[in-house]
Amino acid sequence: MWHNLAQLVRYRGLIQSLVARELKARYRGSVLGIFWSFANPFLLLTVYTLVFRYIMKNDDEATRPYSVFLFCGLLPWTWFTTSLLEASGSLIAGGNLIKKVLFPAEVLPIVSVLSNMVHFVGGLLILGAFMIYHHHYPDPGDLIWFPVVVLVQLVFTLGLALIVAALTVHFRDIRDLLSNVLTFWFFVTPIIYFYQKPGVEAFSRYFKWNPFFHLAVSYQEVLFFHGPFVEGHLRSLLIMAVASSVLFLAGYWLFDRLRDSFAEVV
Amino acid sequence: MNAIELDHVTKIYRRFGSRHFATLKSALLRRSILKDLSPSETFCALSDVSLRVPKGSTFGVIGRNGSGKSTALKLVAGITKPTSGTVTVRGRISALIELGAGFHPEISGRENVFINGIMLGLTKREIEMRFQEIVEFAELAEFIDEPVKNYSSGMYMRLGFSVAVHVDPEVLLIDEVLAVGDEAFTHKCLDKFADFKRRGKTILLVTHSLGLVERFCDEAVWLDGGRREAEGDSKRVIGAYMAKVQQDEEQSLERADDKLHAVSERPQPPSAAGQAVDPTQDMSSVGEGRWGSRVVEISQVGLLDLNGHAAHVYQSGDMMRVHLRVHAQRPVDDFVFGVGIFNAEGVCVYGTNTEVEGFEPRTLSGDADIFLILESLDLVEGTYKVDVAVHTRDGVPYDYHRLFYTFRVKSRTKDVGIYRPRHRWTFEGQVSIASHEP
Repeated sequence: MWHNLAQLVRYRGLIQSLVARELKARYRGSVLGIFWSFANPFLLLTVYTLVFRYIMKNDDEATRPYSVFLFCGLLPWTWFTTSLLEASGSLIAGGNLIKKVLFPAEVLPIVSVLSNMVHFVGGLLILGAFMIYHHHYPDPGDLIWFPVVVLVQLVFTLGLALIVAALTVHFRDIRDLLSNVLTFWFFVTPIIYFYQKPGVEAFSRYFKWNPFFHLAVSYQEVLFFHGPFVEGHLRSLLIMAVASSVLFLAGYWLFDRLRDSFAEVV
Repeated sequence: MNAIELDHVTKIYRRFGSRHFATLKSALLRRSILKDLSPSETFCALSDVSLRVPKGSTFGVIGRNGSGKSTALKLVAGITKPTSGTVTVRGRISALIELGAGFHPEISGRENVFINGIMLGLTKREIEMRFQEIVEFAELAEFIDEPVKNYSSGMYMRLGFSVAVHVDPEVLLIDEVLAVGDEAFTHKCLDKFADFKRRGKTILLVTHSLGLVERFCDEAVWLDGGRREAEGDSKRVIGAYMAKVQQDEEQSLERADDKLHAVSERPQPPSAAGQAVDPTQDMSSVGEGRWGSRVVEISQVGLLDLNGHAAHVYQSGDMMRVHLRVHAQRPVDDFVFGVGIFNAEGVCVYGTNTEVEGFEPRTLSGDADIFLILESLDLVEGTYKVDVAVHTRDGVPYDYHRLFYTFRVKSRTKDVGIYRPRHRWTFEGQVSIASHEP
C-alpha cells in the first residue's frame, strides 16, 4: 500500500493531463465552453436565492446577505457531491483502461475529485463577485485559513471517493443509493440555514457527528461571518483534518485491497 | 538473460455467478458482504505455466480460443496478478492489447496522443519529440486535430497502434492486433516489428495467424486449456498444434457422422420417396436426407485414407476411397452406384456414377462392397459433403444418402476456387523470384 501510495506522486503528470482532458471533454461542443464552470454555480445560486428570498422567505438576520451566506456552504457542497457521484462511476466508465492498459486505477476517482475542484475554484470567482456586489467582505485575517479548509475537504473527499469508487465496482447499487444519501446529507448540513438558527438548536448536539458540518461552518466562518476563526471552529476543523487523513488512508487501503478484482469485475 | 519469466504461474478467475443479481441491500441483510466478495466459483485460466522468453527474442503464443493466451499476456503486462507463481518482466513494457483503449472520443487526436502516451509511461517531452513520427506513422496528419469520435475505426486503430509502438518499449506485447488497417498499413506494422527485432527488443506475440508466428517468431509456446502443451522452435510447435487441431476436427466430424446415422433412420421425406432422382442434376434445393425403396440398401459408408483407415481430414492431394457396403433384399439386375461431392456452398464439385462411366449392371444379390478410389483429392481447403446412392438406370432410387458424409481438406496453400489442378510454376527470362516454402 505505501509503495503504491508513493507511486501516486509519479503519476501526477497523468493525473494533471486527465483532469485537463476531463474539463476539455466536458464542455467540448457547448457554446459557452469552459465558461460553464462559472455559469453553473452562478445559475445554481440564482435559483437558490430566488427560492429562499421570495418563496420560502428566510428572515434570519444573521445570514444577511443571504446569497453570500448560501454560497459559502453551497459551493463546497457542490464540489463534494459531484465528486462523489462521479467517482462512484469512474472505475466502471474507465473499465477499458483498467482492463486493457496497465493503469493505476486510483487515478480515476482522484481525477473526478480534482476536476470538480477546478469548478469549485471557478465558483469562487462568482462568490467574490457577489461579495463585491453586496459589499460583504470576509475578515482578511481569516482568509489565510481558507486554503486549510479546502485542503481538509480535499483529503476528506478523496478518502470517500476511493471508498465509493471501489465498492461501486462490486455493488452497482451504490450509485443510486449515494445520490439519495447525499440529498439527505445536504439538508442535515447547515448550508441553506444557519446552524444556530432558533429551532435548529435542538439538533445541534447531533451536528458534530456530521463531518461536512465542520467543513461548512468553517467555510462560513472564514468567508462570511466576522470574528476570528481561530476562536471559532478552528479546533474542530483540525480534529476533522486528522480524521480526514485517517479516512483517506483507510479508503486507500480498501481500494488497494480490492484493486486486483477491478480488472476482472468491471 | 530472460526478458520475461513466468514461474509456475496459475491464474484462477473468480466467477461471481450467484452474486450477480444480489444487491447491496441483500448483502447487508444477510451480512455476507465479505463472504460475497470472495469467489463463489472459480475458473482456472492458466495452470502451472512456466515460460522463459530470452531478451531480444520474438516469441509466439498460439492456441485455440479460450486456451489462456490473452490471460498470459495480461499477466505479463501486469494488468492482472497471478493467483500463484511469479511473473518477472525486465524493461519497459508496451502492451498492444486493445488499441486506443484510453482514447477519449470528444477530444482531438493530438490531445489523445499525449494522454495515451503518458498512460503508457512517456513524459510530455518525450511525446513532443516523437509526435511528428507518431502522426506520420498513423497517416493522420490531416485529421490530427479532429475529435477522435469522428475517426473511422481504421484511423482509430492506426493512431492507437502508432502511439503504442512509439513508446519504444523493451518488451512489446501484441495481442491479435495486426488486423488494424489496410494491406499497406499491415505491412508497415510488420516492418516495424522487424525493426524492433533487429534492435534487440523482446516481442511476445499472441495470434491465431500461424503464418505470422512461423515467419517472425524464433520460439513459440502452445497453450491448451490453460496448460503448456509444447514450447520451443516455432515450426515444431506449430506442427504439433496443427496435428492436434486436425485430430480434433476428425473427432468432431466423426461425432457429426454418428449423429447423422442416427437421424438417417427417420422415415423418409414423403415428397421424395419413390420418385426418380438423377444425382447428376442440380440438387442444391434438396437438403440432407435419405430416401429410396431400400430394395438395395446402403448399409455402411466409409471415407478411407491411403491406409484404409476411416478419416475425415485430408491434405489436398491425398488419396481418398469412398466405400459403400450395400445389401440387396432380393437379386436385382438394374442398378447404378453414384457418388457426388459438394462443397460448403452446395456446389457440386464432382459427381459420377457407374452408368455414366459405362458400366453395365449384371446382377446384385446379398452383400457387396463398392469402392470409388480418388487417386488425388485435388481440392482447395474447405469442408465437403458427399452424396452416395444406388438407383435404377432410370433414376428411381433404391437408397439415396444426401449430404450425410463430411470430410475436410486442409492445405498449407491458401489458394482459392473449387478445384486445384496439378500445377507448378516456372519462370524464364528477366525475373528473380524466391519461394517462401522451406
